[in-house]
Formats: sequence, structure tokens, C-alpha cells
Amino acid sequence: MAKRPIQPTAVVPLGDCAAYFEFADKLDLEVNTFVQRLAAAVQARARPWMRDVVPALGGIALHYDPDHPEVHGDAMEAAAILVQECMKETAAEGEDAARTVEVPVCYEREFAPDLEEVAKQVKLGVDEVARLHAAGEYRVLMIGFAPGHAYMSGLDGKLAVPRRAAPRALVAAGAVAIANELTVVYPYAISGGWSVIGRTPLTVFDAGREAPSLFSAGDRVRFRAITAEEFVALQK
Amino acid sequence: MSIRVLRPGLLTTLQDHGRHGLQHVGLCPGGAMDPVALALANALVGNEAGEAALEITVIGPELSFEEDTLVALCGAEFKGGFPHNRPVLARAGSRFNVGRAVRGARAYLAVAGGFGVEPVLGSRSTYLPGRFGGFEGRALKHGDALALRDPGASARFARLKKTHDATVRWSAPPHTLPDREPILVHVLEGQHFASFDPNAQRAFFDTVWKIAPESNRMGFRLAGPALVRVEADEILSGPTALGTVQVPANGTPIALMADHQTTGGYPRIAEIVSADVPRLAQLAPGGTVHFARCDLGMAAELRHHGKERLAAALRGIAWSYGE
Repeated sequence: MAKRPIQPTAVVPLGDCAAYFEFADKLDLEVNTFVQRLAAAVQARARPWMRDVVPALGGIALHYDPDHPEVHGDAMEAAAILVQECMKETAAEGEDAARTVEVPVCYEREFAPDLEEVAKQVKLGVDEVARLHAAGEYRVLMIGFAPGHAYMSGLDGKLAVPRRAAPRALVAAGAVAIANELTVVYPYAISGGWSVIGRTPLTVFDAGREAPSLFSAGDRVRFRAITAEEFVALQK
Repeated sequence: MSIRVLRPGLLTTLQDHGRHGLQHVGLCPGGAMDPVALALANALVGNEAGEAALEITVIGPELSFEEDTLVALCGAEFKGGFPHNRPVLARAGSRFNVGRAVRGARAYLAVAGGFGVEPVLGSRSTYLPGRFGGFEGRALKHGDALALRDPGASARFARLKKTHDATVRWSAPPHTLPDREPILVHVLEGQHFASFDPNAQRAFFDTVWKIAPESNRMGFRLAGPALVRVEADEILSGPTALGTVQVPANGTPIALMADHQTTGGYPRIAEIVSADVPRLAQLAPGGTVHFARCDLGMAAELRHHGKERLAAALRGIAWSYGE
């Protein structure tokens, strides 16, 4: 495969306390991998004026203190220099240090309100939909929408369904849902427009935990099918 | 030993300077919608600028004080008769009804030594969507008892107690309240500004926008003309920031406020400069705003001007205390 250099497609201020460095304006898994590594490299520099480094689907946002003495009155320039330095040591290919998070999921009817509808839409049995979903190898592309809410790629193309026409007013905490080519796990009970095909007993975001978020951008994720009994046991 | 909530008001939550450094796991900094008013209230009672205080929204609470404490109310003006912008010695057994806002939307009630709640992820701010932080992760309710953390920690409280009638005749100037509406808010053009129809680009700056009723700590919806894009193509979800103005497909802009989502899939038409976000936060539903274009240089000037004004007010408070 021919290598193409990954360069910013846009560098824009997000107000006067943050800037967005965009490397793709369409979903591109190779760029996303690069973005995760770049974010890690920038985070590792931990400059005193940096407030947060946020990897998104196609780029990273740097949040900063624009009046910190070390940015000499031009925080966006300081951020651009830092990102450029980090780009030199960041590759899209090569050794992958990502950890794997295993997520138990119960696909039984009481936890999967949309499973039958999805099965009908994709013309497969409900067991086959659950089997295909649990067999996939997923990757966290971005955390957003809500604390700990992970957007993951790797969904089997046979399971691609559009978002629900009418979002559910309340999706259960831990609900595992799909739409288009992605899957998500809802961190707590909120309204959502994706099709819910299972639920995990794990707590996705817990403010009282040392690492509050179960997922980080860049993680590999595997789902493991469990029974309703196992779900209850794990919940305790 | 506490402050008891007799009536909670419309939305009264504990808020401090926010929890920073967690946007990469989807958690926004949150905290006080108007951190300038928070800093003034805290200074008046001798606290650090970012200490947690009660954020009071449009209709204030009625509180009863079970011990002598020093309190201050800054930000929006309420008609309950509670003195504004000055330290007030609340005697044990006294009651205060904050009343309804007559100018501005949010006020901060600080107490000397702060409130006795545990920080969560480094902050005492209430994060309502996640139901954590502040007082049990929620807005105050009738009957709640708010513990005071360390009233003895405030040297200003100790000093004021020694004066003969424990009242002062000075006040700190209000900072972020609108003198008149519409208020003027400065913005940078957003990444997707050029993708909007030229009429929509003009309308964004020509319109007097009204804060819609369905506005909250997450975002202010702006009622006005629908903003149409040249091509209605989908935007790849990207990061957002405090003050980002995004436009969903229905054309109604949303200004992202303290509890905003950290990423969004809607086009970003503008970015409100940080100096003007606290002023916008003082608009209640029905309040009006118009936007003026600026650049990063002007954003820095506005920011520095705001910081200097706050620093001067804090020096004035210290001087009034005879420090």
C-alpha cells in the first residue's frame, strides 16, 4: 500500500482557549489511528499551559490557558509548534500498544429492545446478529456525546442499520447499541437514537473510580456474550 | 451546623471553577456559568476565587442559617431584599429569601470557608447530567441541610465579626450584568462559517437573537431566523469548546455553555470569546443578544480587560477590609 503523508486539513481556533487540528473531514480509520497516537504524544509533553488534549474522529483539540507566560501571548502558535513536533514522532503504521478491554454483554430479549427489529432489517436471525456483534474486533475512535461514551469501529458490515427514526427518550445505562458502521455503549440512562441490541453490567463511567472512564480513545474492545444470570451476578 | 433549604428556588446547585483535564473522556469542565460573579462572591467572604458557591438561577431559594456565618451574593440582582455585592453577617436563626431575578439570570451565594461537600474528580461542581458532584449530584431540594466546611478559615469573617455592628457600607461593582439588551457578544468565525448560505452568514450578525425557553447549563438555544447551509452534507463529529455556536439541521443555533458535550456533529458557525461567555450566561430565557465578529487579538484584549477589572475589584475588596 502506498504511504501518504498525513497532514492537517485545517487548523482552526475553538474560541481563544482551544484550537482544533484536523487531519481528515471524513471518517478514515488510518487517520484516526494517527490521531490517537498524536494525542498521546502531545499529552506526554504535558506543557504547563495545556489544559486538555482531546482526540476526535479526524483530529485533535488542544485546550489551553492563552495567558500562560510560556505561550508568549500566542497560545495557538505554541500549540501548532507542539503538534508539529509531535507529528514527526507519530506514525500511522507500526507497533500498536493499545490495550484490549473485554466487555461482557447480555443479548437476551429483556436487555435488547431493538434486537428483533435489527434482525428483521438485516434479514438475519436474532442469534446470528448477537453472534456477529460479539465476534467483532472493535476500536474506540472517540469519546464524546457524554462522559465515557465511546464510538467504536469494527462492526460487521452485515449489521449496518441507520439510526432510529425516533430516538428513545431513555436508553438504559450500559446499553450496547449500533448505527451505520459503529457501535457504542451508553454510559448512563440518557436519550439515544441508536438501536439497542444488548447491555453490559459494567459501569462505563464512574466519577468515584480512579480511572472514571472504562474506555479510552484508541482502545481495542471485544464483546463477550453472557446470559441473564451472569449479567445479574456481574452487576453485584 | 448548617444552612437549611426552606425553598430550593428554580435551579440551585453548588458550582466552583470546574473539573479540568477530563474532556478526553467526554467530561466537560462544567462549573460556574459566570465565574466572574463567583470570584467576587468568594472574595467578599474571604475565600479562594474558585471555591464552590450556590449557583442561583432566576428564582432564588429561601434559606435558614443555623449558625453565624459570613455570606455574599453576587451576579444577578434579585428582588428579595438580600443585600447584593457585599459581605453579610448571617446570624444563627436568621432566614433569607433571595426572591426573583430582576436583572441578570444567575447569582452566586458564597459562605466563608466554603461548603462541606467532598470534591469529585477534583471539583465540588454539580454535574447534573451525570448526577455527581456538589450536593448529592443534584439541585437543592426542600429540607436539605448544607454543612459549612471551615468558617474559621476566613480571616475576613474573623475581621468583620470584630466590627461593632458587623455590617459594611461598601459594595463591589457588578461586572457581568447587562446594562441593556440586546447584549453584544464577540465571536470568531467558526470552522464551518463559510459553508453557510451568504444570507445565513449575514443573518447571524444582523439578527437580535432571543434565548429560547429550552436553554440550560448545557446550551442556550437561540431563537431567530433558521440558518441554512449551502450544502446540507454531514459534518464529521469534532471537538467543541465552551462558547462554540453549532447549528443543527433545523437551523436553530445553540451556544454551548458550562455543561456542554465535548464533541458534536453539527457545523460550528462561530466561537464566542471567553471574556463574553459569563455575560451571555447572565441572560435568562427571553433575553436578547447580537453577535459581532472579532479576531484572536481582540479576544485577548477583551480577556485582559476583564481580568484587569476583576483584579481591580478584588484589590478594592481587600482595601475595604483594611488589608
